[in-house]
Amino acid sequence: MADRPQPRFPEPDTQPFWEATKEHRLLYQVDRDTGDVVFFPRRHNPKNGSSNLEWRESKGLGTVYTFSVVRLNRHPAFAELGPYAVAYVDLDEGFRMLTNIVNVADPTRDIHIGQRVKLTWLDQSTGIAIPVFEPA
Amino acid sequence: MVTQRRDAAIVGIYEYPKRKAPGVTSLQIKAECAARALEDAGLSWKDVDGLYDAQDGAGMAGLSLAEYFGFRPNVIDTTAVGGSSYEFHAAHAKRDIAAGRCKVALLTYGSTAHSDARRIGTMAGGGPGAPSPLSNMTDPYGMTLISNYAMVARRHMHQYGTTSEQLARIAVATRAHAMRNPQAVQAMTDLEFQDIREITVEDVVNSRMIADPLHLLDCCMVSDGGGAVVIAAPEVARDCRKRPVWIIGSGEATSYSENGRDITVSAAAQSGPRAWAEADVRPDEIDVAMIYDSFTITVLVMLEDLGFCRKGEGGAFVSEQRLRFDSPLKPALNTDGGGLSSNHPGMRGIFLLIEATRQLRGESTSQVADARLAIAHGNGGMLATSHTGGTIILARD
Repeated sequence: MADRPQPRFPEPDTQPFWEATKEHRLLYQVDRDTGDVVFFPRRHNPKNGSSNLEWRESKGLGTVYTFSVVRLNRHPAFAELGPYAVAYVDLDEGFRMLTNIVNVADPTRDIHIGQRVKLTWLDQSTGIAIPVFEPA
Repeated sequence: MVTQRRDAAIVGIYEYPKRKAPGVTSLQIKAECAARALEDAGLSWKDVDGLYDAQDGAGMAGLSLAEYFGFRPNVIDTTAVGGSSYEFHAAHAKRDIAAGRCKVALLTYGSTAHSDARRIGTMAGGGPGAPSPLSNMTDPYGMTLISNYAMVARRHMHQYGTTSEQLARIAVATRAHAMRNPQAVQAMTDLEFQDIREITVEDVVNSRMIADPLHLLDCCMVSDGGGAVVIAAPEVARDCRKRPVWIIGSGEATSYSENGRDITVSAAAQSGPRAWAEADVRPDEIDVAMIYDSFTITVLVMLEDLGFCRKGEGGAFVSEQRLRFDSPLKPALNTDGGGLSSNHPGMRGIFLLIEATRQLRGESTSQVADARLAIAHGNGGMLATSHTGGTIILARD
């Protein structure tokens, strides 16, 4: 099976996020002044334009906001995978991320909105790891 | 009867008749559609002084397209916001005409998505070009465009109890309209649809699942095609061949992923109220609703956000026989057959304006009796993530 599509660099906004995945750390940003949680990563807070942001590490626990089980993706990395779940997960720290739900016997039956999930990693040959979730 | 401002009118339309056009370029489609739309209006090539295009084509499209056509426009607008670009263009053309910047605005679209075998809905992960923050956060996960919309459908079902059967009614009504439209029947034939006929709710929910909970028949086609629309100032419109269809309201809005956002609400919830206020009409007065049907869920969400029913009540709203052209209940939906069953070359927005205009002229193949008011609402981008909403409200004299 072909490699999954990888994040590509240089891309300064998301590079620190992906660097941290090499150590299996899931990072997000917080505005030091307002406490706003910023995700996807970028240099400024989209609520106010401030660049006074800091990186924090998530505990990796969250709730499935919504999901879909993909039956047809012609991309070589996914074409042979069988049905797989893409999902938005709301992390307990207050950010929502696109991800996959893995380690379920049947994604069409074993995933539901509101389900508690925890972080796990798909290590890649490029050195990074892709953060995904499994039932908590 | 309210008296809206009537600053600009659609006076010419043309929809490229083929959905499979090998050997033709998108530029050639645009030029042919432009000539035919001007002919429809009774205007000529040299009358065009405003050019609006979503820059699908070569780089610096505003310049290269003007040169290819042979125009020297006073106004060039290459706003590119996906499938709703043409509703944005219509809004901008009206604004530019009202400001005296141009008198004859030409909107063009052409695409060879089918002949290029572009897997728009079912290919995800990593494209060419420079990476962006968003691409780096999405490419690894295999989110196809269809699964993106499917996640909205799943959440809508969870929050409001909407069912696949209710969504299917949108596809059923749209197919019924398509079967009355010879171009749509030809399109389905050329694109090798199986079993071309009116369909039932059971047909839709029993069709192959593509991305839960969206089935094959919840999804639009990928065709070739294109079109053009001519919008003119009142003094020009008066002398055109066909009766003018006035742009009486417009709204534009964006929406994108945010922590905590309710993804069952689209940009239409912002663009709609702006358009209604300007037009000074209400949803229950609308005879024909041309709503972007990339997928059945797109229509359901937008009917709610545009105020045809309350949020969460779309399932019950479309469960009645309301959507057919011959129903006593308003509005009729996508009377040309829609993107689901007639024409979707990647961006459908221009066809919403074209069919709404046909209805208000009395030229539709599924003509609503005495249609006076129509809405065209385009959606661009990805409904669960970043997308645009463009709303245009149209009235005949």
